[in-house]
Amino acid sequence: MWRALQRLWPYVTSARHAMLAGVLWIVLATAISLTAPLILKYVIDDLLAGATRATLALAAAALLGLAIADGVCRYWMRQRLIGASRAIEYALRNDFFAHLQRLPLSYYQANRIGDLMSRASSDLGAVRLMVGPAVMYFGSTALGFVIAVALMVSIDPWLTLLALIPLPLVSIATHVFGKAIHEKFDRIQAQLSELSAVVQESLAGVRVVRAYRQEPFELSRFGAANDEYVHRNRSLIRLQSAFYPSLSFFFGLSGLVVLWFGGSGVINGRITLGDFAAFSRYLVLLSWPLIAFGWVINIVQRGIASWQRMLEVMDTVPAITDAEADPAALAGRVVGRLEVRHLSFTYPGATQQVLTDISFSASPGQTVAIVGATGSGKSTLLQLVPRLHDPPPGTVFLDGVDIRRVPLERLRRAMGVVPQEPFLFSDTVAHNIAFSRDGDPPKDAVAAAASAAGLDADVSGFGHGFDTMVGERGITLSGGQKQRAAIARALLVDPKVLILDDALSAVDTTTEDAILRRLRDVRETRTCLLVAHRISTVRDADLILVLDGGRVIERGTHTSLVAQGGVYASMDRRQRLEQELAAS
Amino acid sequence: MSVQDDAIAKGYDSTLMRRLLQYLRPYWLWVIVAFIAIVGGSLADLAQPWLTAKAIDDHIAVNDLEGLWRLGRWFLLILITSFVFEYIQTSVMQMVGQKILHTVRRDVFTHLQRLDVKFYDRNPVGRLMTRVTTDVDALNDMFSSGVVTVFGDLIMLFGIMAIMVAMDWRLALVAFSVLPFIAWATAWFRRNVRENYRQVRGLVAKLNAFLQEHLTGMGTVQLFSQQARSYRQFEAINREHRDVNIQSIFYYALFYPIIEVLAALSGALIILAGGWWALEDQVSIGVLVAFLQYSRRFFQPISDLSEKFNILQAAMAASERIFGLLDTPVEMPTSAASSDRRVDGPGRIEFDRVWFAYKDDEFVLRDVSFVAEPGQRIGIVGATGSGKTTIISLLLRFYDVTQGRILVDGIDVREWPLEQLRMRFGLVLQDVHLFSGTISSNIRLGREDITDEAVREAAKAVHADRFVDRLPQGYDTPVAERGATLSVGQKQLLSFARALAFDPAVLVLDEATSSIDTETEGLIQDALHTLMAGRTVFAIAHRLSTIQDMDRILVVHKGQIRESGTHQELLALGGIYFKLWEVRPLIAPTSSDPSPAAAP
Repeated sequence: MWRALQRLWPYVTSARHAMLAGVLWIVLATAISLTAPLILKYVIDDLLAGATRATLALAAAALLGLAIADGVCRYWMRQRLIGASRAIEYALRNDFFAHLQRLPLSYYQANRIGDLMSRASSDLGAVRLMVGPAVMYFGSTALGFVIAVALMVSIDPWLTLLALIPLPLVSIATHVFGKAIHEKFDRIQAQLSELSAVVQESLAGVRVVRAYRQEPFELSRFGAANDEYVHRNRSLIRLQSAFYPSLSFFFGLSGLVVLWFGGSGVINGRITLGDFAAFSRYLVLLSWPLIAFGWVINIVQRGIASWQRMLEVMDTVPAITDAEADPAALAGRVVGRLEVRHLSFTYPGATQQVLTDISFSASPGQTVAIVGATGSGKSTLLQLVPRLHDPPPGTVFLDGVDIRRVPLERLRRAMGVVPQEPFLFSDTVAHNIAFSRDGDPPKDAVAAAASAAGLDADVSGFGHGFDTMVGERGITLSGGQKQRAAIARALLVDPKVLILDDALSAVDTTTEDAILRRLRDVRETRTCLLVAHRISTVRDADLILVLDGGRVIERGTHTSLVAQGGVYASMDRRQRLEQELAAS
Repeated sequence: MSVQDDAIAKGYDSTLMRRLLQYLRPYWLWVIVAFIAIVGGSLADLAQPWLTAKAIDDHIAVNDLEGLWRLGRWFLLILITSFVFEYIQTSVMQMVGQKILHTVRRDVFTHLQRLDVKFYDRNPVGRLMTRVTTDVDALNDMFSSGVVTVFGDLIMLFGIMAIMVAMDWRLALVAFSVLPFIAWATAWFRRNVRENYRQVRGLVAKLNAFLQEHLTGMGTVQLFSQQARSYRQFEAINREHRDVNIQSIFYYALFYPIIEVLAALSGALIILAGGWWALEDQVSIGVLVAFLQYSRRFFQPISDLSEKFNILQAAMAASERIFGLLDTPVEMPTSAASSDRRVDGPGRIEFDRVWFAYKDDEFVLRDVSFVAEPGQRIGIVGATGSGKTTIISLLLRFYDVTQGRILVDGIDVREWPLEQLRMRFGLVLQDVHLFSGTISSNIRLGREDITDEAVREAAKAVHADRFVDRLPQGYDTPVAERGATLSVGQKQLLSFARALAFDPAVLVLDEATSSIDTETEGLIQDALHTLMAGRTVFAIAHRLSTIQDMDRILVVHKGQIRESGTHQELLALGGIYFKLWEVRPLIAPTSSDPSPAAAP
């Protein structure tokens, strides 16, 4: 916990001016607000002693003046402290995101996006409450408590002691109740997700439920979860309903003590009636700090837990870095000669080898195609080239340089990758295609890339052409359109190595033919690596590798592989017949 | 008709309110109890400053120590009363709220269990989930903190005013003179904060959307080395979020002190006027002190009232959505005349010129006719989108035919009571749905009459016992959400065991496409034979090897039955089936998703 707070400290000190000023305003505000009951005391004592109207007016003006001064202080206190907490939140969120950007693909495969999201939002919110509002309430609470008690002691030490007896109960009650309420609340949340799970399961499996006539059973399952949820809520309700009234009760007890002993003090002349009134007023002022104290403790506890959850992410060391990079590697023009030598690969932490002893090479103008069943390792092989996962040293080379020695950004800028499930951002078509370019998308280049990818005809059919929004707030692209947009995006990079991971699976064969024809020009000057399921896609490749279980089981050109009569040849036969069938 | 998320928030809708209050009716006695508690609690609260005033004027000022002690005992009594009333009020209201929510939730879920599969096609599960959980909870706020406590606030407010007027009406008027300013300041604050809050919410949504999108697409960002740019975009939204929040600090920082200053102003006025009249002996010191205390309590209820209006608004919007769902009609009621149909039957099935379209005129099935005699095993073959899954969906009456009819044991499925119709079938889907529970609860589902013994036998018959016995707790091993801990093949075997345990007359089978390791594959083939024995079987096959010994094979192509016959007959025919058989893959299929070239 201590270490965690130390990690937070630099963020706090970055806002130290605002924080210090805020604390100063707290001190001023507290001092001012506590003098008001003293004025009340003089008013009442004066009235009994026969005051003049002038002193009354003076007292009233003083009361108002103090309130205004107090208001000014509290205005600045809030501005400074809460403002500082927002600044800290802002810096933390930036750093959190920046760190997430450094974490590799494997991290996102191992962690749920929803979980990361909740750390970046609700946990960050809890941390902010701890560095801002908690500081503010703690400051004014602790200070207010000390000064009020001191002033009460100056009026009547014995009465102070008596009046304070019930008050520790308030703080203890706040803390204990707060904790119990929190625990009960967690149990309720757990039951709520249980309830949700029952509903989710039942709705997602609606066909099974209907087919097996499970409706009554589902109702009883739901009923049980629903009952339990209400049951858990009840125990929270019982606790909560007792909590607030018990606080008022404790304060009331203090009030009663003051009424009895303060009143008798006035009667036997130990204190004045003004003292009595001021004393009662201090008691009221004390009530808020005592409640706030228990509350602050809960905020801090939650804030620390949340901060630790954020640190788990921020302390994750990025697995793929420039640690071994040579700044001079490939600093000049990249040619794009790709070579894979005896590559075997096992995912970090896994035991089963995904790729075994793969070797091939490709120069600009050449295309290497990879085919094979799902799980044969095709995509893994393609992901190793741009280092989405790190290949072992000395296995993958670009222009003769081990890619682990090439700075990541330089390596990736030399490549145009079209992933299996292309991801488009909710932005315009043009921005998506020109994703690799900062600033305004270059119109001509975007149009050229779109045309090469066979997307141009589609785009002219969208409402605003290249300025049409894509995604949630725009139009929904078909799978084929998404793939072609991703191809255009990769082409716009002007890559030396073009990597297509099953990038044409969702377009029909005619479109595919057209795209392949247009891509031929592009491929003439580039090294191309592609994975495909369709023979038509890989037919003209210079080299075809058939993968099975991570090993190359057949290799050659289309003609030689068909002649070989193996797995590739039967795939070819099957697909041609399927096409015939579809046409029948 | 689909359930909408964005029902327009209405401030107050009497029809909605009346419907909501229906739920309150069974608890009218409790509502009365809570109401009495609110009134009692408010009175007890108000009595405290009054007692203080009395203590000062009647006892302290005249040196009556005895009287002060007596009065203190009253004070204690009032404290206890106030505690009891407040406890009763909160607990009763919250309990009633929970009971109502329990009912609402149950009603929604019950209705969801009645709605057709068609409804689920149109409404994503996530959205329906929101109805049962989030929207119901928005109602909770209203019942527990909204409706009734508004009365409490009003009683408090008018109580304070009444007492002040009764004590000294002139001084009361002086104290009330700040009220218009308070009202004005509150209105200013609400207006600005509401607008500001709207902006904050918008930016939070923007932040989350950006984060969600960029975490999902992080691979793309990294591949194109665009981290610097996306950081800049994120930072811009983040900055805007910070600035709007800092802007909102201004309103809070100004509002609270203003209220404080107004309270002080009212106090100063009371001292000035009250002191003036006290000098003339028209007002007692006790009344002056009491007034100072009452004037402080004045402000709370006013700001509470406007907050509660927001809660009411949110609850109204939520209830509108909930009632919208409850009012969705069930489109597939069983005809009333059908309730006395017999349950038994040999399991003869006839499709009679069946046409079906999910949407308008896009027919998925065209003029499909065939007969399955009891005990016959029918294999259905065809490409994805050819309509073979639709055939089994119609058979189980997940949808109603557009034209033609389907007869089960000579009776139109539309005349069967749904439950009895479905009781004839056992369904095994390619995507096995498991429920959280145990292995045995997933085989037995809700049928208590299937004994542990029967569960074991069923599992054994389909060879599921081999892996179940290896599990730490055997049949009582918990199954995680959607069976995450089990392999595809194991889930498949469990679903076979489930179908076998239910012992249906007709078995409907949608065979899995995913490649399974060869060992499990062998077990599954063997299990299938056990499962099919003695039943009418409909099997959709993706691997032709599984159905070659079927009694009859239907070849569905583009919504029509193009060929029909035994394996040998179809091969001899030399048509579509022959070609499919010729090209059946020798290695496992290349992908779990079918080749698009084969789609229509």
